[in-house]
Amino acid sequence: MMPLVHRLIFWETPVEIGTIIYSLGCFPTQADLHDFTAEVEEGHTGYIHLDKFLPVMTKVLLENKYPPIPEDLLLQAFEVLDKEKKGYLEPEDLTKYMTQEGDVFTQEEMDEMLTALVDHEKNLIYYKDLINLLTIDPDM
Amino acid sequence: MGCGVTKSNQFNKHSRKAIRAAVLIQRWYRQYVARTEMRRRYTWHIFQSIEYSGEQAQIKLYNFLGYLMDNFTPSSNERNLISHIFRENEVCQDAEWERYFCYKNIEVPEIYSGPHLTFPLTVEQAVGLVEAFRNKKQLHSRYVLQLLLETWRQLRMLPNISRISTCQSKEITICGDLHGQLEDLLLIFYKNGMPSLEKPYVFNGDFVDRGKDSIEILIILFSFLLVYPSEVHLNRGNHEDHIVNLRYGFTKEVLTKYKMHGKRILKLLQKIFSWLPLATVIDQKVLVLHGGISDITDLSILARLDRHNYVSALRPPKKRHQSSAGASIDSDFDEDVLSTNKLLQRRISLTYPKPLGTRESFQNRSLQDFSNRIKGKAVDEIEIHKRKLAILNMGTNSSEGMTQSVSSESINSDNAKDEWKQILDLLWSDPMIQDGCTPNEVRGGGCYWGPDVTEDFLNRHNLQLIIRSHECKQDGYEFCHNRKVLTLFSASNYYDVGSNRGAYVKLGPDLVPYLVQYQASSMTRELTVKQSVGRTERSALKVLREQLFAHKSDLICAFKKFDSENTGLVSLNNWASAVESVMYLGVPWRMLRGQLVTSKSTDGMIDYLEWFNELAIKGPNTDHIDQSLLETLYRHRSTVETIFRIVDTDNSGFITIEDFRQTWKLLSVYLKMEITDEAISDLAVTIDSNQDGSIDIDEFMEAFRLTDKKSRLERGRSMFMGTVNDLTKLEGDPNI
Repeated sequence: MMPLVHRLIFWETPVEIGTIIYSLGCFPTQADLHDFTAEVEEGHTGYIHLDKFLPVMTKVLLENKYPPIPEDLLLQAFEVLDKEKKGYLEPEDLTKYMTQEGDVFTQEEMDEMLTALVDHEKNLIYYKDLINLLTIDPDM
Repeated sequence: MGCGVTKSNQFNKHSRKAIRAAVLIQRWYRQYVARTEMRRRYTWHIFQSIEYSGEQAQIKLYNFLGYLMDNFTPSSNERNLISHIFRENEVCQDAEWERYFCYKNIEVPEIYSGPHLTFPLTVEQAVGLVEAFRNKKQLHSRYVLQLLLETWRQLRMLPNISRISTCQSKEITICGDLHGQLEDLLLIFYKNGMPSLEKPYVFNGDFVDRGKDSIEILIILFSFLLVYPSEVHLNRGNHEDHIVNLRYGFTKEVLTKYKMHGKRILKLLQKIFSWLPLATVIDQKVLVLHGGISDITDLSILARLDRHNYVSALRPPKKRHQSSAGASIDSDFDEDVLSTNKLLQRRISLTYPKPLGTRESFQNRSLQDFSNRIKGKAVDEIEIHKRKLAILNMGTNSSEGMTQSVSSESINSDNAKDEWKQILDLLWSDPMIQDGCTPNEVRGGGCYWGPDVTEDFLNRHNLQLIIRSHECKQDGYEFCHNRKVLTLFSASNYYDVGSNRGAYVKLGPDLVPYLVQYQASSMTRELTVKQSVGRTERSALKVLREQLFAHKSDLICAFKKFDSENTGLVSLNNWASAVESVMYLGVPWRMLRGQLVTSKSTDGMIDYLEWFNELAIKGPNTDHIDQSLLETLYRHRSTVETIFRIVDTDNSGFITIEDFRQTWKLLSVYLKMEITDEAISDLAVTIDSNQDGSIDIDEFMEAFRLTDKKSRLERGRSMFMGTVNDLTKLEGDPNI
């Protein structure tokens, strides 16, 4: 993984620390990310040195500190939001939850989520199928 | 009261559950987005690495050909094959040129349904051309030549650096690379309006190559240049270069569309490209140029050099101050003298490396690769040259006249070299995040320059912003160096459908960049993020697999180093190290392993020989061809095709068997491999099925599966999936 991180920061625009941690197969909460960042950041520059990042990240991976979300738990979460158990969610409802509760989404994140998840013909979110489609690749 | 409390308890309970559920979903979704972002980045990186290594290969090839020119005797077959691309015929009078390019005796047939042009060109005709091309018409070669002649006359009057202003509240529109993608130019005109007195435009280079409508784009841009000479400004890009065009599709496009007069059109374009201005400055504050700068970029040098001397930026300039100035540069005698001087120069730079020696030594390095190989053959030639050098040196000592011409030649050669580097850096450089300035070894030309170089340059020239192009960006544009450098790229879907947006920038008197983005196919907007990344990713992986297969022998060697016991297996880590050590692409191999190696591994080990069976690309009837030759052919297919096109001097698309043989001898030196006469005969036989003694280049390339019609990187568009939606819908415009 080391060449990947290093080269991405060199050749292109800097990448967010959250993006890196997520793409390594971890599922931290926003609070987890804040803590992690605080541990590795260079003062308040907004930049992180590879030498500081690597040992902390390695530890996270070895301890499996931010484990993935089991599929059935995810399904339950959607079913909680789908109060009437219709098998789908309306975009407006999901938007309300995502942008008002928990680790709220920005408008941009929300727009992107809707584009990705909403079935364009029916204008509904069939979450059962989506969970299969979008879950982590086991080979990673 | 009891009921109310219970209800509100239940409500609260649901609320809390809902909040936890929301948090979970948010976490899950953010992870998905991050993974997609990573996939997008490495997909991008794959395409870009392969694109740039192709450019590097082109430059190496060109250096090799230059070396041949310098070190083979004039009468050698190999040299004759390629010498014509080094001839520039610049001493000829302009009148001769006008005669050569005369369009007057080209008849336009009755049945021609395309646009007719009369000169001087009017705006109605320019607009008419846009419409005609939108409707897939082709402009007749008579009018093309006429247009190009007028354009040439116009360009010769322009300075190297155009200075324009946003006076009278005019906003200037600046566009980046178009690369033959007509739909994008049409979209820009649709959104922004066509060039006019109120609507000035700057087009920042790379109008041609890769896309399929390069000539149409040139025709449109040149037409508007003629109609609005003060409002339309063109900057030269690194692809406005006939050597680059040989590899990247423009030459082929013109010869295909204009079978009779294509060669003349190309020749005229060579001159026109060299006359394109190098840069534009807006309100004395914003610099617009194609590639970028380096730590030695100096606008005053750039302003005063003779830009038309640099027909190709890849070529050191010919010396023009010969004492025997009357002789045409074509003659072999002069070429000998020149090449002797070049050898002299090169020897000097080898022994006394200049401070900026890194890039020069890179070029020397590639030349030295070949020197060992050809040593035996070239010894005689070098002897001849040494004798000539001795004469030159003696001349230096004995006569003042000689001394003067030698020393003025060396001064001129120093100036010429400096000027050449200025242009090379301007056309080929890329910005980097770190401070400093290093040679751009990925592309093979120009530099990587850092924020400190930008700062220094802007201060020295009293500027505030650099707008450049040259690099594809996902959003069509990107700021860097503290927002002092703006990269602008106007060819959307460049790597594949959905890969990126295009953008143009508008600059008003406040000089604050206002960016407009677009994407030429409406289908892509309806794709979900996952789908669009998935498509581009699949096509990047396909290209990557082809590259891997093309390096099979080297890869097997590398694997064997990790497999001393010959088990045929390597660990994942070793697999990744070995692959990177051969491919040099900087791609995250471990991450991609699952997609590149589909056979199941036993306890984490990879069966590498089995892997190559997976990757194998089979061609028809190629079993009798030596496998390693086939692999070499495949790996270097761009180079092979380029050399064929160079050898094909009359641009007919055919070369003789004899030239074919000579070409292979050339290639065997360049690729450092033994290709026996027998192997060459096998190749020839496979393709010259009618035994008429000539070989069709396109057929050859296709017979060996060397052109993948769907390969985006080499030419034209790729895989369009048939969908319900109209792929070329353009913002609801029904005419596209």
